[in-house]
Amino acid sequence: MSAIAKPSNRGNSSTEIPEFTDTERAVINRLQYGLPLTPAPYRDVAEELGISEQMLLDTLKALLANGTLTRFGPMFHAGEMGGGLTLAAMRIPSEDFERVTEQVNSFPEVAHNYRREHELNMWFVLATETPDGIADTIQRIEALTGHPVYNMPKEQEFHVNLHFEV
Amino acid sequence: MSTSTLKSEQRPLTQQDRELIMATQEGLPLVPDPWGELGRQLNMAPEDVLARFQEMQNSGVIRRVAAVPDHYKLGYRYNGMTVWDVNDEAIAEMGQQVGDLPFVSHCYRRPRHLPYWSFNLFAMVHGTSREEVEEKAQRIKALLGDTCSGNTILYSSAILKKTGLRLRKQQPTP
Repeated sequence: MSAIAKPSNRGNSSTEIPEFTDTERAVINRLQYGLPLTPAPYRDVAEELGISEQMLLDTLKALLANGTLTRFGPMFHAGEMGGGLTLAAMRIPSEDFERVTEQVNSFPEVAHNYRREHELNMWFVLATETPDGIADTIQRIEALTGHPVYNMPKEQEFHVNLHFEV
Repeated sequence: MSTSTLKSEQRPLTQQDRELIMATQEGLPLVPDPWGELGRQLNMAPEDVLARFQEMQNSGVIRRVAAVPDHYKLGYRYNGMTVWDVNDEAIAEMGQQVGDLPFVSHCYRRPRHLPYWSFNLFAMVHGTSREEVEEKAQRIKALLGDTCSGNTILYSSAILKKTGLRLRKQQPTP
């Protein structure tokens, strides 16, 4: 067992890889690619997978309930919604880490926040309703925490395709 | 499936789009007729709900309507943010090639922050072991060759927060 990528706040099941049924496997793999935007989308996917629509919906609900899926729904692209989106990093001394984590996480603009092993050890995604909101939020985080924030907005996107095969 | 970004003209969201986004931030209804269900909640015709979703997906506001797994629960416990210091002249071409690798999930060019941060190419790599992530990073390194003068891998050691993107309620216009 490694202490390296131990995800905290994830419950106690994080160290076990669950066994999935064929149906669960098929649903997880297929639905990461997206639901067709058709009048009866679940029926169409169920047909494609050779299961009933009810079976698809029940499997999906169960996978959400047990946390295998964190969400099923529209994946919004904040930049295209006219808002601001960026990745930012901070260098936080370990004795200060807990306090700064609480302070940074208290901002609703902080969508994800990861501790990473590097001199820059805190990495978070900021999403704001307007592009100007990014600079403003960064200033407020710096003022509250007393530490500089390194802003790393994407300058070019080469690929986004998060798909985990099971 | 790779997308170099050249942003199309941005259109503000319509009021209906905002309502649909607010209503589905937690998820799409898990019923046979999700569009009809949303239509009932928001007093819209089901065909209009579907049409708005199609339009938002076409314009890129929505990437897709999809399942988001907890990758740890799927056994992908090692997420390595591989970062690379690539020559500015080569990065457009090399970034595209790295992004096209099947095991790279996100790939972006980002600014350097010297002296603390010299890396301008970010490629996220997931694996079921640290060895798997490192083996994949070696393949990126081989591809970049001498266009790259430094690299490292940042592993996450804790998820401090993961709420996803949220649209907040707009203040009602006075």
